[in-house]
Amino acid sequence: MATSTEPIALPELTTDDLSRYSRHLILPEVGMEGQQKLKAARVLCVGTGGLGSPLALYLAAAGIGTLGLVDFDVVDASNLQRQIIHSTKDIGRKKLDSAEDKLLALNPALNVVKHDTMLSSANALEIIREYDIVADGTDNFPTRYLVNDACVILGKPNAYGSIFRFEGQASVFATEDGPCYRCLYPEPPPPGLVPSCAEGGVLGILPGLVGVIQATEVIKLILGKGSPLIGRLLLVDALSMRFRELKLRKNPECPVCGDNPTVTELIDYEHFCGIVPETKEDKSMKNGIPQLSVKELKQRIDAGEDVFILDVREPYEYQIAQIGGKLIPQNDVPQRLADIPRDREIVVQCRSGARSQRIAEFLKQSGYPKVVNLAGGILAWADEIDPKVQKY
Amino acid sequence: MTIFIPTPLRPFAGGLDAVEVTATTIAAALDGLTQAHPDLRKHLFTAEGNLRAFVNLYLNEEDVRYLPAKEATPVTATDTLSIIPSIAGGI
Repeated sequence: MATSTEPIALPELTTDDLSRYSRHLILPEVGMEGQQKLKAARVLCVGTGGLGSPLALYLAAAGIGTLGLVDFDVVDASNLQRQIIHSTKDIGRKKLDSAEDKLLALNPALNVVKHDTMLSSANALEIIREYDIVADGTDNFPTRYLVNDACVILGKPNAYGSIFRFEGQASVFATEDGPCYRCLYPEPPPPGLVPSCAEGGVLGILPGLVGVIQATEVIKLILGKGSPLIGRLLLVDALSMRFRELKLRKNPECPVCGDNPTVTELIDYEHFCGIVPETKEDKSMKNGIPQLSVKELKQRIDAGEDVFILDVREPYEYQIAQIGGKLIPQNDVPQRLADIPRDREIVVQCRSGARSQRIAEFLKQSGYPKVVNLAGGILAWADEIDPKVQKY
Repeated sequence: MTIFIPTPLRPFAGGLDAVEVTATTIAAALDGLTQAHPDLRKHLFTAEGNLRAFVNLYLNEEDVRYLPAKEATPVTATDTLSIIPSIAGGI
């Protein structure tokens, strides 16, 4: 690290190392000692998806000694547009296994540590404690706050990146004197207000841009060279190809890293982000909205029932796949209530069941007496009812 | 002055990535913005009219929360105001 906590004895470079890293060794900012620091370093990549792919690949190539990977997901065809560590032949495999293969093919000397789990308040401290630096490439607010708080509590810098559509953000949080994620965003947005990449889409190249910025910051922190993104938020707009920078300040009143912290251990981050846990017994009901399974819907259609399905996706999604619903995109619903009959049961449907749940709640609030949500959306329909329906 | 609109809020600002307003303070600029694009209001302000806690505002490159006069800070035609929402995507 940049300051005094370097290991007493740095690992020796082998003959193979000397040839592999020759372009680093002739850089005065890296040199022999820098390369040894990289070899001694232990970095944790949280997520091996869009951001994690370029991050892990470049860190492995650069000669990081130990790379920890946290993921519990399997490779899906829709990942391959951006998650370049995975290949077509890996579809259905665990992302950890697929990533490990590629990383070791690139650099057989790398020590890969696989954490086949979802990072949680129960395991985050134990996992992160083993590393020097964390690179957060997750995709949801609860995990963002979890990673931040764990990094602050343990004193581990966090090379942060996040993306949406054509826009990215990057910074370095949780260094000794710098701000943390909570200094920037004291409170999470309420669930549903900020769409995820699965709902809003993302340019496949963007996580490449942002993940490589994270990797660069990790390397600089290990070398102790250059000006890291501490106290700075880098904004990337790929559409206009503009990079802007904002100043971040350490908030003295920050509940985690401020002068009088009130959060000194990990909390329930789902609850903090306003996410109500789904209990097993109320799977048929969510926030007062009955959940209809795709099987039940199929049975009712097969029985000849004339079901009113309201498809709240966007027109370009409807072009890819549809199951006979009436298309009213979610943002148009408030202005088009006249097109939605009040005297019938409304089955609201989207891609995964998330948007439709929110619209179902909205319709209920707007006085519709019988509104249900199609659980799992068109994805569940494709999986369980009709494989000819295109998944996306 | 120019107000930069982030991607998640562009659907509520006619798809624009930046909006020009004439105003003397940050508060007046936000007022001008939400009058021109009323759909933005509920995304930026609570029902009580306060700026939502998860919306960050930057005058040029400074966080408005740390400006002494906060939203009453005077602005000129060459200043920029950036709305920086939380985004969490990564996979």
